[in-house]
Amino acid sequence: SPQVVWSMLGNRQFCSYKMTTKTQNFCRNEYNLTGLCNRSSCPLANSQYATVREEKGRCYLYMKTIERAAFPRRLWERVLLSKNYEKALEEIDENLIYWPRFIRHKCKQRFTKITQYLIRIRKLTLKRQRKLVPLRRKIERRENRREEKALIAAQLDNAIEKELLERLKQDTYGDIYNFPIHAFDKALQQQDAESESESEAEREEDDDDDDEDVDKREFVEAEDSELSDFEDMDKLETSSEEELEEEEEVEKKALHSKSKGKTPLKGPARRKRPHIEIEYEEETEPSTKTKAA
Amino acid sequence: AGEGSGTMPGDGTGSPAPERVLFPPTFSVSEIKNKQRRHFMFLRWKQQQRKEKLALKKKRRKEREALGDKAPPKAVPKTIENQRVYDETTVDPNDEEVAFDEATDEFAPYFNRQTVPKILITTSDRPRGRTVRFCEQLATVIPNSHVYYRRGLALKRIIPQCIARDFTDLIVINEDRKIPNGLVLSHLPDGPTAHFRMSSVRLRKEIKRKGKEPTAHVPEVILNNFTTRLGHSIGRMFAALFPHDPQFIGRQVATFHNQRDYIFFRFHRYIFKSEKKVGIQELGPRFTLKLRSLQKGTFDSKFGEYEWIHKRREMDTSRRKFHL
Repeated sequence: SPQVVWSMLGNRQFCSYKMTTKTQNFCRNEYNLTGLCNRSSCPLANSQYATVREEKGRCYLYMKTIERAAFPRRLWERVLLSKNYEKALEEIDENLIYWPRFIRHKCKQRFTKITQYLIRIRKLTLKRQRKLVPLRRKIERRENRREEKALIAAQLDNAIEKELLERLKQDTYGDIYNFPIHAFDKALQQQDAESESESEAEREEDDDDDDEDVDKREFVEAEDSELSDFEDMDKLETSSEEELEEEEEVEKKALHSKSKGKTPLKGPARRKRPHIEIEYEEETEPSTKTKAA
Repeated sequence: AGEGSGTMPGDGTGSPAPERVLFPPTFSVSEIKNKQRRHFMFLRWKQQQRKEKLALKKKRRKEREALGDKAPPKAVPKTIENQRVYDETTVDPNDEEVAFDEATDEFAPYFNRQTVPKILITTSDRPRGRTVRFCEQLATVIPNSHVYYRRGLALKRIIPQCIARDFTDLIVINEDRKIPNGLVLSHLPDGPTAHFRMSSVRLRKEIKRKGKEPTAHVPEVILNNFTTRLGHSIGRMFAALFPHDPQFIGRQVATFHNQRDYIFFRFHRYIFKSEKKVGIQELGPRFTLKLRSLQKGTFDSKFGEYEWIHKRREMDTSRRKFHL
């Protein structure tokens, strides 16, 4: 009889469906109505019992009565519930008429919950699913290693510097940079009515920087007309063309690299050598510049 | 049977090996059954090999010095780049067919300066802090770009809206466990979509010796080593992100360097110290990309027409074969 069953399973002996936690006991039986381990919700300890379960999106009402207690195969009677929510509730009521209030109520509650989660499932499948792609450890490791090796082989800084120098040579920057080795020689050629061939000019360009600088500077000293070319450069930072125009600073500069304006951006390494001199020049320059202009 | 004609190794493994142990040519270390003895003989064999190698090297060096100027040039060491399997789709700079293709593909209006790029940067759902900051930095690097948050919108619906608002490119940064790990670059008016795996993302504060913030000047673009047809089209995709007329006053350069199928992105500020020397200073984020797939149309994972997918079993078989 159910009371005996309960007195055994509920408290004293072992029930394999029972799961205890600190606060509550749960029942893992698949026919359990509430999921808790209670006298009224244990499907084993109640000879008249009913549940609602869903399979593949359809809800069924399962019922168990005393008459079939001896036939385990036919113990649970299954009734398909309608898809319509209200109709299904009516069907539950119809089937469980004259059954205890508790079971009826809990069945309807359970049915409601199930329909709600089914609706949610259907809504979620319409939204974007996040697809989880498993990483393969060996492949990840291999790719990381290859990436490191490729990074070393790439020598990025050198490659970028080379490319930039190439572009400088190809004159993509136009007139911005006063490495007048190009510009001056070209101007030279033009003024000499192209008596010199281009190859000679290139050879000159390939000479030492210092020699070039010295040559060019001597040239600059002689020619006054070059000054006019540089008045456009006033729009940029002024320090660079002033270097070129003035003789004394130019000789000082013979050993130092030339640079465009905006030196502060480069950083401390840039400032060590010529910086102080530049400041000198800037202080003295404007006065001389105005005279020249 | 078959042991070396030197001392019996059974005496003690610590006994020093004689200067020249002659192993008869039919001798093989692996035939000795005893592990200790086998190990010992193997070590001795190894030492002998090393000695021979060293002697050979010395001899060669002496010969080289003896010859002086007339010595044959040093052999170029083999690198993976040297040994690369020749790819038949390598672009020849004078190829007419390629030139024609490029004049008529989806990037032609960009390269003819008819369109100005406008980029939309977004992420996958619920981006975490690192990804958000990375997106912001990327937006400063790429001029004329806007960052929008995803908030659960479907890409298929975003794309028509973007086209309506005149965006030319869409970048989606995919995130996993709080770090960005994927990049989808889509050229919008019906252009190709490339899907990359992104790795080694470094934000600006993680880069050592970095400079100040990138300014709003249009940077130059350097594309290195994109040799094959596929590489060429990817290179054009990257170039199409930046406006075609760089402002040299800004002195900024964005580099996409392809090495062994890994594309390294760097953003630098350069300064010409002299004619032969240039200094570069890294600012801006850096990351590496590896191409996973290239689709013909805009982003569509199910019905898209794939021009190229990375198939691991077929394409990763040789260490010297690269596709970009």
